Amino acid sequence: MANILAFAESRGGELRKVALEAVAAARQAADATGGGEVHAMLVGAPGIGAKAPQLAKAGADVVLVVEHPALGNGNPEVAAATAAARIKAGGYRAAFFAASAQGKDLAPRVAAALGVSLASDLTSFALSGDALTGTHPTHTGKIITTILLTGSPAIVTLRPGAVRVTDQPRAGKVEALSPAIDPASAKVVVTSVGSRGEAKLDLGEAPVVVSGGRGLKEAANFKLVEDLAAAFGNAAVGATRAVTDDGWRDPSTQIGQTGRLVSPDLYVAVGISGAVQHLAGMRTSRVIVAINRDKDAPIFKLADYGIVGDLFEVVPVLTEAVRKARAGN
Amino acid sequence: MKIAVCIKRVPDMDVRFSIAPDGKSLTPGDLKYDISDFDGYAVEAALQFNEKQGPGEVVVISLGPDAAQETIRKALGMGADRGVLLKCDAPPFDGAAIAQALAAELKDGGYDLILFGRAANDTGNQSVGPMTAHVLGLPCVSAVSKLDIAGGKGSAERQLEGAVESLEFPLPAVVTIDEGVARPRLPSLKGIMAAKKKPLEVKPAQLGSVRLTIEKIELPADRPPGRIIGEGPAAVPELVRLLQDEAKVL
Ligand SMILES: Cc1cc2nc3c(=O)[nH]c(=O)nc-3n(C[C@H](O)[C@H](O)[C@H](O)COP(=O)(O)OP(=O)(O)OC[C@H]3O[C@@H](n4cnc5c(N)ncnc54)[C@H](O)[C@@H]3O)c2cc1C
Ligand SMILES: Nc1ncnc2c1ncn2[C@@H]1O[C@H](COP(=O)(O)O)[C@@H](O)[C@H]1O
Repeated sequence: MANILAFAESRGGELRKVALEAVAAARQAADATGGGEVHAMLVGAPGIGAKAPQLAKAGADVVLVVEHPALGNGNPEVAAATAAARIKAGGYRAAFFAASAQGKDLAPRVAAALGVSLASDLTSFALSGDALTGTHPTHTGKIITTILLTGSPAIVTLRPGAVRVTDQPRAGKVEALSPAIDPASAKVVVTSVGSRGEAKLDLGEAPVVVSGGRGLKEAANFKLVEDLAAAFGNAAVGATRAVTDDGWRDPSTQIGQTGRLVSPDLYVAVGISGAVQHLAGMRTSRVIVAINRDKDAPIFKLADYGIVGDLFEVVPVLTEAVRKARAGN
Repeated sequence: MKIAVCIKRVPDMDVRFSIAPDGKSLTPGDLKYDISDFDGYAVEAALQFNEKQGPGEVVVISLGPDAAQETIRKALGMGADRGVLLKCDAPPFDGAAIAQALAAELKDGGYDLILFGRAANDTGNQSVGPMTAHVLGLPCVSAVSKLDIAGGKGSAERQLEGAVESLEFPLPAVVTIDEGVARPRLPSLKGIMAAKKKPLEVKPAQLGSVRLTIEKIELPADRPPGRIIGEGPAAVPELVRLLQDEAKVL
């Protein structure tokens, strides 16, 4: 029987969805190895402990709350040192982090501090007595690698969406913990975390992603893509590197090999040729739609539904039709 | 500034991969190799800092087989001053083992700044940079999309999901480079000629213990072949019908 730690990611005093996924994964791992306890670690400004009940509901037996006025914006050195110290002192068999911007930053620090290795970005995993196996998309998604991680504790980051969160209520007993190092002693200081103020839905979490490419001809025409996204109601807007390079769109919206990875239910590619580097970021989408005037564009090799045509003619009609279809539902 | 850049030789992703009979590696005959994308960005960033801020040195370090000398020469052709190959048969998959070897080389180098790529194209692990920083006891900022260095201090931005994080840190430091910082220049003919004469030292890699290994690799399930459902606005009603009735996403 082994206890498992889950790092419960938060930002601006709110839990992130991946926090619950980490708890759900830890619950699975604990139950598969004899029913040990799941301890969720929550780090933030005073008041963050109020989120403990949500973690309990997802399966946390204990919530370790690390509150400090200097931790509101996050502090990677404090968070990593505190997680590592607790993992060591608590004798955990494994610790789960999200493969999010924050989790991917923290987990290697924690593993290094503990002198163990890290299994990154797993889409599935199985924990047994002395080993953890898991799948990890590598080579920009063109290969699925099954990894074997030995040694204890096993430090893991999980790809967002890899685990389903269900109600598995546990006691969620709150235990206060102090930062392992003085926040004032950290060398790296987060000076601000600015929301980009764009649509609330993050690209990685949106059920629908509508992306535009150079076929849109100029920045202003992205309005067509935004309108289509708005018609879906649950969509985020992405872009190709050609477009972010030209400054039409914020670089953070670039999808692909060197940009964001997305895997929505529906991906709509508007005026995008389908270069391998772009496909690397969206090829695992459940359904792909492409609108391109060149019938030989590589995106059509992948698109479940392709329309050959001028996007300036097709997209407004599609936007209207989607709006009507949703209003009819 | 004295800047080190850790660069990895990786297979080009632009080819059709097949799995070798061992089930754990790619068929070598299919492969071409190049510098990992973000590592190219990191070399460019290092060159630009020293071009703007006066003299310095850019040292590129790669851990890998003899053939990684080509990757190092490419970075020297871009303008880096010298290279170090930490030689081993093939780099392990375990970032912790690589970090030990890189840290052993970097430790006494007197570097102001040590740059890595955010992630290697092949492993996608995103672990070697922060792990090396830990071994060296240096501050680390990972996956930066913007980086400024002035007066012995650094400031950087990181892209979070839906937000931007701004950070400050003292030098020396380890920074891993994401999209946004720099685009690699192509080595000029003159650069390539000059690179042939630049120093490239070869030493055995002092790898740490390996605890993360590859059990097997597979190609992802094929998507069904693409299908063009029609032309122009006239195809829209059929698309909406398919999205509703077949794909059930609308
Ligand atoms: C190291 C490296 C990393 C990279 N990383 C990424 C990455 O992460 N993400 C990424 O996206 N790219 C990346 N790229 C760039 C990639 O190779 C392509 O250049 C880029 O994806 C092309 O973008 P695009 O499809 O918008 O433009 P193009 O390739 O120019 O395609 C435009 C398309 O629009 C169509 N079109 C034009 N007008 C119309 C019209 N009126 N109606 C309908 N269709 C029209 C054209 O037929 C064409 O197919 C990377 C490249 C390198 C070298
Ligand atoms: N074998 C290697 N030689 C030199 N640098 C490496 C090597 N492996 C990884 N790195 C560096 O570490 C970064 C992250 O690699 P990874 O953790 O494998 O994703 C790469 O972008 C390189 O900068």
